Amino acid sequence: MSAATVGWYAFAFLVFPGFLFSLAGGLLASWVDRKVSARVQWRVGPPLGQPLFDVVKLLGKETIVPEGANRLVFLVAPLVGLAAATVVSTILWMANLFAVSFVGDLIVVVYLFILPPVSVMIGGFASGNPLAATGASREMKLILAYELPFLICLAVAIIRSDLSIHLVDIAARPVAGSVSGLLAFLVSLLCVQAKLGFTPFDVAEAETEIMGGVYIEYSGAPLAVFKLTQAMLLIALPVFMATVFLGGMHFSGWGILWAILKYLLVVVLVILIKNTNPRVRIDQAVGFFWKYMTPVGVLAAALALAGRAFGIPWL
Amino acid sequence: MSWKMWALKKSPWVFHVNTGACNNCDIEVLELLTPRFDVERFGIRLVGTPRHADALVVTGGVTRQAAPRLKEVYRQTPKPCVVFAIGACACSMGIFKEGYHMAGPVDKVIREEDPNAIIMYIPGCPPKPEAMILGVVKALSLL
Repeated sequence: MSAATVGWYAFAFLVFPGFLFSLAGGLLASWVDRKVSARVQWRVGPPLGQPLFDVVKLLGKETIVPEGANRLVFLVAPLVGLAAATVVSTILWMANLFAVSFVGDLIVVVYLFILPPVSVMIGGFASGNPLAATGASREMKLILAYELPFLICLAVAIIRSDLSIHLVDIAARPVAGSVSGLLAFLVSLLCVQAKLGFTPFDVAEAETEIMGGVYIEYSGAPLAVFKLTQAMLLIALPVFMATVFLGGMHFSGWGILWAILKYLLVVVLVILIKNTNPRVRIDQAVGFFWKYMTPVGVLAAALALAGRAFGIPWL
Repeated sequence: MSWKMWALKKSPWVFHVNTGACNNCDIEVLELLTPRFDVERFGIRLVGTPRHADALVVTGGVTRQAAPRLKEVYRQTPKPCVVFAIGACACSMGIFKEGYHMAGPVDKVIREEDPNAIIMYIPGCPPKPEAMILGVVKALSLL
């Protein structure tokens, strides 16, 4: 491995399309979220630099570690989530921009996407606060609830792409153009809503109910890292949805416009669902994912397998 | 002016503490967060825990039971932070001046905890939302 290769990998991971690029994109996506929410509520909304000001302000505050907390886990948990979000952003953008991908990278991306919610949960449990433990146990139940239909929908995408687990192969076909693909897209959209921690599934960070839930004892720099992780997920997850279900983001010629439109479609759908729904209880959320979303996902998988077996391309 | 104070002025997150108010000031504070007055355009957000807060919005004159709790909330807020005393009772105990149950106005109780605290006063009974926005903007420009 030459020094040039190592240098190129470091650049790709830290600057473009890794940490700094997805950070800037995430802060921009966060602003889009707040501005669209404000407009839907007939308000004006914050200026463009607001998410950046929030992060800079948090870095300037003191970090308080409560006495009953496990100091090491409390401070390291946010960094685990940030690292996972950075790596998954790098993999996704490399697959979309440079068609650099390896067999099985879909599985790696799915595993990495589980890490930020798990790091939030670990941080909540390490806080030494009963309200944080409540929020963390709710986050744990929510992860168990939405991962099941999410994986079934990804299985639909795999089946429709001739059983390939290569991101570039799946990105070459518009999975959502078929009946089973459309059902899988809608189900996984709701799973992404829960993964991002947006209403109606934001039971873990219920501000008015459990005073900030998992984030209740965090202040200063660790809280800034959690906010950055949320912002990076807000750009990584819709890009993942566009790659897997909407036929990939190809950045050449008119494809650039299509790519941005696909990303905006997913993001605006997520924001509109967030603004038109109240928060549900954790038992309602788990029931929703296991009793209604999982059967729809299984139906979509059955339709995809039937379409493959009988040679019907639109099923 | 240091970059910490500059960033604090650009995005002050607010935690609301009621230390024995009649709720009139609380209702007016709540109105600020509604679409009619929309303080999110200044970056102000209501947070659920004092650990996330930059500004403590304190309403009501401090009763004897609430005094140690107000000091505890102030200790839990990461510095640098500012305290807004909203309403006549928070600024100077108001009509409860002779009450046996009062521990003092907000600035007396907070200065027992931290003599260098930054406290800003917005008088009124209750102050109109426009007056509160004007007070917050004037106060932040003095920082």
